[in-house]
Amino acid sequence: MAATMPASSFPGSMDKSRYEPRDRPPSLRRTHPWADKLFAVLAHAAAILTLLLLFGIIVSLVIGAWPSIREYGLSFLWRSEWDPVQNRYGGLVMIYGTVMTSFIALLIAVPVSFGIALFLTELSPAWLKRPLGTAIELLAAVPSIVYGMWGLLVFSPILATYVQQPLQSAFGSLPVLGALFSGPPVGIGILSAGIILAIMVIPFIASVMRDVFEVTPPMLKESAYALGSTTWEVVSKVVLPYTKTGVVGGIMLGLGRALGETMAVTFVIGNFNQLNSLSLFQAANSITSALANEFAEAGEGLHQASLIYLGLVLFFITFVVLSCSKLLLMQLKKGEGTRS
Amino acid sequence: MSTALPVDPAAHQVRRLDKHAARKRTNAIALTLALAAMSFGLFWLIWILIETVRLGLGGIALSLFTEMTPPPQAEGGLANAIVGSLLMVSLATALGTPIGILAGIYLAEYGQKTWLGSITRFINDILLSAPSIVIGLFIYAVVVARYKTFSGAAGVLALALIVIPVVIRTTENMLSLIPNALREAAYALGTPKWRVIMTVTLKAARAGVMTGILLAVARIAGETAPLLFTALSNQFFTSDLSQPMASLPVTIFKFALSPYENWQKLAWAGVFLITIGVLVLNIVARVFLRNKY
Repeated sequence: MAATMPASSFPGSMDKSRYEPRDRPPSLRRTHPWADKLFAVLAHAAAILTLLLLFGIIVSLVIGAWPSIREYGLSFLWRSEWDPVQNRYGGLVMIYGTVMTSFIALLIAVPVSFGIALFLTELSPAWLKRPLGTAIELLAAVPSIVYGMWGLLVFSPILATYVQQPLQSAFGSLPVLGALFSGPPVGIGILSAGIILAIMVIPFIASVMRDVFEVTPPMLKESAYALGSTTWEVVSKVVLPYTKTGVVGGIMLGLGRALGETMAVTFVIGNFNQLNSLSLFQAANSITSALANEFAEAGEGLHQASLIYLGLVLFFITFVVLSCSKLLLMQLKKGEGTRS
Repeated sequence: MSTALPVDPAAHQVRRLDKHAARKRTNAIALTLALAAMSFGLFWLIWILIETVRLGLGGIALSLFTEMTPPPQAEGGLANAIVGSLLMVSLATALGTPIGILAGIYLAEYGQKTWLGSITRFINDILLSAPSIVIGLFIYAVVVARYKTFSGAAGVLALALIVIPVVIRTTENMLSLIPNALREAAYALGTPKWRVIMTVTLKAARAGVMTGILLAVARIAGETAPLLFTALSNQFFTSDLSQPMASLPVTIFKFALSPYENWQKLAWAGVFLITIGVLVLNIVARVFLRNKY
């Protein structure tokens, strides 16, 4: 009975020809023999295009910067003169501005991001985790031009009145701090650019830190809790050592973002092409804001080539920083794979 | 053997309690600081949003969408900038998305373990965070310098180059979430690979891929730096891609730094439009993704 069931219940089984063995696959499968190849070629081509994009960027920047590279060589990096009138260029002022603003940004953003990641992974009630995490990520979604305009017209007057002037009157007479806090307290300059950059990179660093904190095996954390550790001890002595490569990777990612940020910095840094003092209140310039302000107006020749040279330097620095970040994060992922 | 130091049990107990209290205090301080950090982050978001609404809402009027950008000290709107932005963003998305999806498919379906796959993945993650102003320089060197004119087309290309890495990343992530059993079932039916990808894996991952596209649109809608020396700006309306083209972010940049009150007011209105648009896109993308998974 059971053996005859399939044959009798299958109407097509009467048609013997359907079951004749064939020496080739059914024709349907071969309708588009080229389609598979074509699709694979397209997919490969798209991936290769991405690679070519990187080489295209490097090659075109080197070609564009060539007059300036030939003229100054590497000494461009430590010449501080930037004088379009006499056609003499050096990148030190902009490179200093870029590095210094990013440094201030990290100084603020790293501890804050660590606190946010700690709050989201260990403290927050479960129902709040998602909305709070999204809110912090939205901070990264706000366009940089909005940060710029807000920074210039809303934030910097407040910074000048409530932070810079008190700092100046409190520390202005001290030898080292006094130099840092000298200059006109108008809310425009390296300090305000650094603070706004910090706000902009916090979401990037915080979300990487949160993600790597969450890969810590619960077993490790629970063991530490069972020994009587406090939350802080678990985070600082178990989670942080376990995830340190990832944490550094996240900080590098934030640094890469801060170095390349354009509009927000352009609004508040003051675009001042001289390096007179180490004051944080001093108007300065960064690579990105020099490009944004001068490039469209720069005539062809050495001025434009020098600006492209600056762009090349910026791309090189961010490339190295972001590569380090990626390698560190990949290392953490690999370690995670072998340990579990 | 009573050479051990005489220990006063009471004193010992006090020391232990002291240490315990100190540890608890450190913990409380650390957690309070974490709470403070969280509030610090939210504080900026809320402040920026409030200021944007307060200063931008006043400039919202019908004329914003119907009139062209004015000369200083005159009435006008942002119509040409809004249209220019919409045009460039949609063309850039249409151009960049297919390439991004194809490369994402390559990474997830063809090149998971190959050297080309690993290098592409690495380079793509760097391009994702690379300074957007450098993309502008690249397009300037390749397109603008060659044709000797700033143009909307150059702006579209620059924005498309920013779309590609975003779409690649999300497409690859979403495709690699699809269980292999699904692919194997389709292969077992004799489906060729391209049909498996198009009708099974890509279809299963379409909500995620859509999210990636929405996030890419949100990203380029607010991008200013790559447009500064590609599309430049234009005071008049144009839909001709070979001409310089106005865009909302570049217009805001120009107007915000000007001393004219009417230009600043328009800039705030533009900031309001962009911020709301970008945040809504981001939230829609997230809700979209959450409902699907």
